[in-house]
Amino acid sequence: MSELLRVENLSVAFRTRGGIVRALETVSFSIARGETVALVGESGSGKSVTAYAAMGILDPAGQVTGGRIVFDGIDLTEASEREIEDLRGREMSMIFQNPRAALNPIRRIGTQIADVLLRHGNIRRADAPAEAVRLLAQVGIPDPARRSRAYPFELSGGMCQRVMIAIALACAPSLLIADEPTTGLDVTTQAVAMDLVRDLARERQMATLLITHDLALASEYCDRVVVMHAGHVVESGPVAELLAAPRHPYTARLLAATPRPGIALGDLAAIPGELPDLRRAAAGVCRFAGRCDRRRDDCAGSLPPIPPGPLHDAACWNPL
Amino acid sequence: MLTLIGRRLAAAIPSVIGVVVVTFVLTRALPGDPAAYFAGPNADAKAIAEIRTALGLDRSLPEQFVRYVGDLLRGDLGQSLSTGRPVLVELASRLPASLELTLLGLVISLAIALPLGILAATRPNSWVDHLCRVIVTLGVSMPTFFTGLVLVYVFYFLLGWSPAPLGRLDAFFSSPPDRTGLYLVDSLLAGDAETFVAAAGQLVLPAATLAIFTLAPLARMTRASMLAVLSADFIRTARASGLSGGTVVFAYAFRNAMLPVVTTLGMVFSFLLGANVLVEKVFAWPGIGSYAIEALIAADYAPIQGFVLTMALLYVVLNLSIDLLYGIIDPRLEPAA
Repeated sequence: MSELLRVENLSVAFRTRGGIVRALETVSFSIARGETVALVGESGSGKSVTAYAAMGILDPAGQVTGGRIVFDGIDLTEASEREIEDLRGREMSMIFQNPRAALNPIRRIGTQIADVLLRHGNIRRADAPAEAVRLLAQVGIPDPARRSRAYPFELSGGMCQRVMIAIALACAPSLLIADEPTTGLDVTTQAVAMDLVRDLARERQMATLLITHDLALASEYCDRVVVMHAGHVVESGPVAELLAAPRHPYTARLLAATPRPGIALGDLAAIPGELPDLRRAAAGVCRFAGRCDRRRDDCAGSLPPIPPGPLHDAACWNPL
Repeated sequence: MLTLIGRRLAAAIPSVIGVVVVTFVLTRALPGDPAAYFAGPNADAKAIAEIRTALGLDRSLPEQFVRYVGDLLRGDLGQSLSTGRPVLVELASRLPASLELTLLGLVISLAIALPLGILAATRPNSWVDHLCRVIVTLGVSMPTFFTGLVLVYVFYFLLGWSPAPLGRLDAFFSSPPDRTGLYLVDSLLAGDAETFVAAAGQLVLPAATLAIFTLAPLARMTRASMLAVLSADFIRTARASGLSGGTVVFAYAFRNAMLPVVTTLGMVFSFLLGANVLVEKVFAWPGIGSYAIEALIAADYAPIQGFVLTMALLYVVLNLSIDLLYGIIDPRLEPAA
């Protein structure tokens, strides 16, 4: 399988009032064409920042301070804003959590889909509304012709997420980044939305980067898992292998904190401690050491980051 | 839509009645005796009493009120004691003068405030943002009469670019045939380019004075509202879809940011209409603000009551238009209205 997205030693820093936050440090992973990869980690681990950096929609306070993001042979860290804008929504698109807020509240959903179609110029203005209706039908919205004239507040949360998916897939991108797409939806709607994304991705040979804190979701829908902690990739590998035999203590902890069939809720173990303060974290050192029960003296030494690739690997001096 | 307008107008009736009662009571509670005022300093007690009887001021308050309301229902706002002309006629000639001035002032203000606010919000901490802050602070901290005087001094006295600040039209021109009472519109309707230019020349400085004053709230609200909307989730979606900067700023952000701006606009407009007395004074503008102040000083009841009532009705119409505008901007508000 050929490589579609390759993130290599990506570092991102945010300027804040409290100082510089090194939100990402030498993050590397890759996604092949048609592959589904999960980016897993607790809140604040840098999953969304990674996605935003890849899309080029980082907040102005955030800056890529090192590394490369290569998409389909184009280095996005070198590309002009214009070039990246042309890729966004056409070759790589994104769906977000809380779909209702992610849609323009005072614009008809059909128009919002048409906006994307017209932006990327592969359709005539007169044909855009009909194409929007077709896309709405494709994501399973009943009575799409009528619904295309609806506003987001007239639709349920699940419907709004379908509209989001229709917008993201309007131009048949080769990569879809789904940033916690099921947050804010009820459980049955979550499954429906995820099934829809998976089916459409298979149909179109589209790669998917699923950002989630839900290991169960990741194991159900993804081929590979990349685990992040405090702006580092701590472990990555094929999903079955990684879940069956995690090698990084953090992954093991995360698994022990995840409800699964056959495990009583009482047996779930919280991960001790909290994310370290990224303003003070030393460069290139394991950021989990402070919370780790397998810490050794040499853990304070600088840690080689995991190279991008499909192999199972963990960034740890004392792996399981 | 029509039922909505009808319902809103009906809902305004109680407040209009309240305004009628309150202005009546308040004007009667004012210190000063109009009969004594108009009898002049040399009149004796008998002459004053005669005038009082002639004005109906010797009757009891309830009786005066009933007569006042009866007149109102017949469309009679009474007569001004100081000018001797019917209040309705005077208001009808002075209100368009204030309206024309205020509207033009707001149009100028919006034409500057909106782009300035948008630019400041899309480029925070850039020079445009700082310029916006400086202009806003200056505009709001300078009283209108001062700005007006400075403009007159610079553009009339020093540079001689603008005509003398003496009302709506230079003495050499006759006012255009009265259709709307707005000289700019009337002169255009009459096809009289010369009068149009002359009227516009008279309008520029007072309108600019008002614009400088109202720039502050409008630009600041535009900036704040745009900043809030630009950080919304759906703007991120629009950017993630590759929509161009212009589409994101105008089609997505600006329309959503309009609501608070429209609210501010309504407040500024209603405030200006009655409160730009000082500007009217500086430019000898025959508006309703100066009319009301003169009447107030003379304890001239009828014009004051007429003025307040007119303002109340204008508020009703203004609020209604703003509500309708909301409905057009934001589809979510339609069913609730």
